[in-house]
Order: sequence, then C-alpha cells, then structure tokens
Amino acid sequence: MPVTTIDSRPVHVDQEGFLTDPGEWDEDLATALAAQIGISLGEAHWKAIRFLREDFAARGETPTLRRVTVAGGIPTKELFTLFPQKPAKKLAYVAGLPKPHGCV
Amino acid sequence: MRRLLVLGGGTAGTMVVNRLRRALPRSEWEITVVDRDDDHRYQPGYLFLPFGTYTPDQVTRKRHTFIADGVDLVLAEVERVDADTNEVLLTDGRSLGYDYLVIATGTVPRPDQTPGMLGSQWRRSIFDFYSYDGAVALATALRSFDHGRLVVHVTEMPVKCPVAPLEFTFLADAWLRDRGLRDRVELVFVTPLSGAFTQPIASDQLGAMLEERKILLEPDFMVERIDDVQKLLVSYDEREVPFDLLVTVPLNMGSEVVARSGLGDELNYVPVDKHTLQSTAHDNVFAIGDASDIPASKAGSVAHFSVEVFVDNFLQLVHGRPMTGSFDGHANCFVETGDGKGLLIDFNYDTQPLPGRYPLPVVGPLSLLKETRANHLGKLAFRWVYWNVLLPGRPLPLPALMSMAGKVVPAEGSPTQGSPTPSREED
Repeated sequence: MPVTTIDSRPVHVDQEGFLTDPGEWDEDLATALAAQIGISLGEAHWKAIRFLREDFAARGETPTLRRVTVAGGIPTKELFTLFPQKPAKKLAYVAGLPKPHGCV
Repeated sequence: MRRLLVLGGGTAGTMVVNRLRRALPRSEWEITVVDRDDDHRYQPGYLFLPFGTYTPDQVTRKRHTFIADGVDLVLAEVERVDADTNEVLLTDGRSLGYDYLVIATGTVPRPDQTPGMLGSQWRRSIFDFYSYDGAVALATALRSFDHGRLVVHVTEMPVKCPVAPLEFTFLADAWLRDRGLRDRVELVFVTPLSGAFTQPIASDQLGAMLEERKILLEPDFMVERIDDVQKLLVSYDEREVPFDLLVTVPLNMGSEVVARSGLGDELNYVPVDKHTLQSTAHDNVFAIGDASDIPASKAGSVAHFSVEVFVDNFLQLVHGRPMTGSFDGHANCFVETGDGKGLLIDFNYDTQPLPGRYPLPVVGPLSLLKETRANHLGKLAFRWVYWNVLLPGRPLPLPALMSMAGKVVPAEGSPTQGSPTPSREED
C-alpha cells in the first residue's frame, strides 16, 4: 500500500489516491486534500463531508450520491456545484474514505 | 408445521422454493411463494427482442409450470410485510404468516423518477428495453429508424445486468451495419460511470471496443432531467446530449412492497449481510437476487450462485446450527458484442473480471474477456439451460464460488479505470 505525504504527514492511500485508513483523517487533512483537487472548503462542503464520515462510521461503507441526497438532505445539484464533475469520488476523497462502491 | 414464505417467483424465488422443497420434508414444512401474475419472463432475452432475434413468445412461460409440486403458488399483490408479527398482508385482505421469509421481489425500472422521461416522447423517441413492453415497442421503433443520433443511456448505478446497456450498443452497431445504415447514424453511449464499465480491466477492454466501433462515450453523466421538447438529456452539471432516438435504462429500484414495509434503503433494497443474505434487521428474513443491497451485479448468475449458498445455510439454520456458507459475490456473464460473437466475464466481490480461460465441463473452456463465437453460442444456449435446468433447481456443473483457475492476473501497473487521483481528472 503506497504511503504519500499530505499536509506534511504520511498517509496510506490506494492507487487512485484515496485514503485506505479512515483513522488517519482529520479536518486539517480534509482541507489539504481538498486543496489538492482545487477546492476550498466552505460550510456547505463541511456539511456533506460530515455526513459522509458519520454515515461511513454507522454503516461501514461510503454512501452513494443518492444516499447523500436522500439521507443527508443535500440536493444532488448542490453536490455537483460543491464538488464539480465527479462529486461522489471527490467527496469520498476529501472525506478520507474509500471510493463509493455502488457500481458493480 | 413450519412455514417458509417467499415473495416473488422470479429467477431467485423459483430456485429457492424448488431447491428447498426437495430438501425439507413435506410433513414438517409448508412452502409458499407469492407473485402478482403467472407470467415468468426470461429477462436476459429482452436484449434480443428489439433486434428481432427473439420473438416475444420465446421469453415467456407460465410461472406455475416451474414451481415444484408441494409448493403453494399464491397469485396476489402484496400490501406489506409486518416483520414484527411475522406476517405478510395481501391487498385482497388475506394475510400469510411465516416462520421464515425470503424477499425475492427483484428490481424494477422507474422512468417516473427522472423528470421528462415519461413526457411527450416516451415510447415515441424514448424507449427502455428493461421491460417486456419497452423491448417490444423498441423493436418497432428501430425498424423505422434510418438516420440521426441514437443515444444509449444509463441513469444511475446499480442497474440490473450492468453489461446489458453495452451489449445493446454493440448489437445496435452491428445491426445498423448489416442494414447499411451505420454511416447515417451517430451512436453515443452515455453513462454515470467514469468509463465504459464498472471494473478497471473490463472497462478498458470494453472502452476500446466502443472506440473501434466509433461509438462516442459520454462518461460521468448524471442525468437531472430530459427536455422532451428539444430532445436532450440534461445532466446535473448542465451538460446536454441531444438525441433522435433515446434508449435509456431508467433508475432501477427495489419493490415498493419493500418500501411500504420499512425494510429498504433509499433505493428500496433490503440491507443484508453480504455473505449470508440474512436481513440486518430481522434474523428470520432473507433477501435474495436483485432485491438485496449486496454490492454485486444484479444478475441471474448472482441469484443462482447465491441461492446455492443460501440453501445450504438455510438447512443449517433451521436445524439449529450456525450457517457456515459464505457467498463471495460471484457473477458470471456473457456479453454480446455483435456479429455473432461475445465475451465472458467471471468475477466476485474482491476479484475484478480478468482475462484467461473459464473451465467448463463437457463443452470445454471458454475465453474470458475475449470476443469469440463460442461465448455467443453460450449465451444463446443459456436460454434453454435457464428454463430446463436452472429454474427447476437441477444441478448445473458450475461452482457457486468464484475460482481463479484459468484466470490471468495482469502485472502491477496495468491499466486502471480513470486516472490516479481526482486532481488529475481535472487537468
């Protein structure tokens, strides 16, 4: 498993750069991860990130966009504005979680 | 008398009752299956209806003829399950009690969930082939389509048989070439995924096949609505894809019965343990086939392999022993690629589709992830196998769990789907 340095600390990531140990994540790291993909986090971003973290802790898997919309109460349109083009992947990336499964 | 109740007499439900009727003594167990009608459709055949390869009568049989003697088939609509009182209420006022419940209510296309899909163009220039009526209607529409933009579209994952939209696209390409129309048609594949398919190696292979056939790929497209006046797909990030003929796979959702019973997630799928298919909420409830939330393909092969594991587990459970079988998410799918050829993919929760050979008794090995005529013939032969071997619950010489035998694992650094980090995808 590759180790990379983000925000001047080592973190374990997969081939696509997603964190493999959600325990290595904190909010400072999220800010650094977001900067890597050109996003500056505002309150609306944090609401989505916190939902992702809580839902992952409760269910053991990264929620799909639909779940963020239905259970997290954030409209899909807004998610596309906050995390352009690939909101599901980008949100998981910033939240330090595996890429959402949903797709098999 | 103990009672097993199964909701849904499709692929999974039929196999479950037939297998368990043989295994459970009639003097001790009552087995009942409920379905709303007596028509069993061979759903993999829907793919071939639009091109006239199959006729409607080849994909339909009477449901009751596949249900074993000693199983009670109840034709009725289910109102809801009351999992606290172990009871299923039917819309006609009857109620059926159970000791164990198997939910096998499948998944259904829901064109009503995308604004504009059911508007003025539905079944005029917008079609689906995931329903019997849709596939039959599309056959008529295709016969009069001779130029323009043919757009094949997937609304959202997961969908039943995730390879079917690609198969339809390959078959449409070959069909148009045969009729000398391919140069007059722009063929476009629109998907919410980042590539042609979900899994990296297969996605690269299938993506290359789209390119060879000059089929345009529009990835990462999450449809927000359909503009049925201008005939456009419009995404959440405001991209537009115009069409003259749209073949869409609507959002797939589990049964409304599951939702009404409070047993489903946001797509009405029943949350279960992915290895035993036991409900996470009720120990005496299982969900099998497309109805569950397991992260596997919604496909007949998954239903088949998981039923094998489930039946053995269930017999242990009702004899008071721990369930020892563990389903691995095994799926095995023929992929039609046109011109009388096909691919075969074989994978599970942990192993993506790989190239190599798939060992098959009697017939001999089939090639994995490679276009061959044998794979196409395998797909066609499967219809007979489905009606005559699979549904009756006769043994098929295929292992339930995936095997690595014959598979070739590519070296590190092999192609993966998309680019390494989300940041690179921006550049």
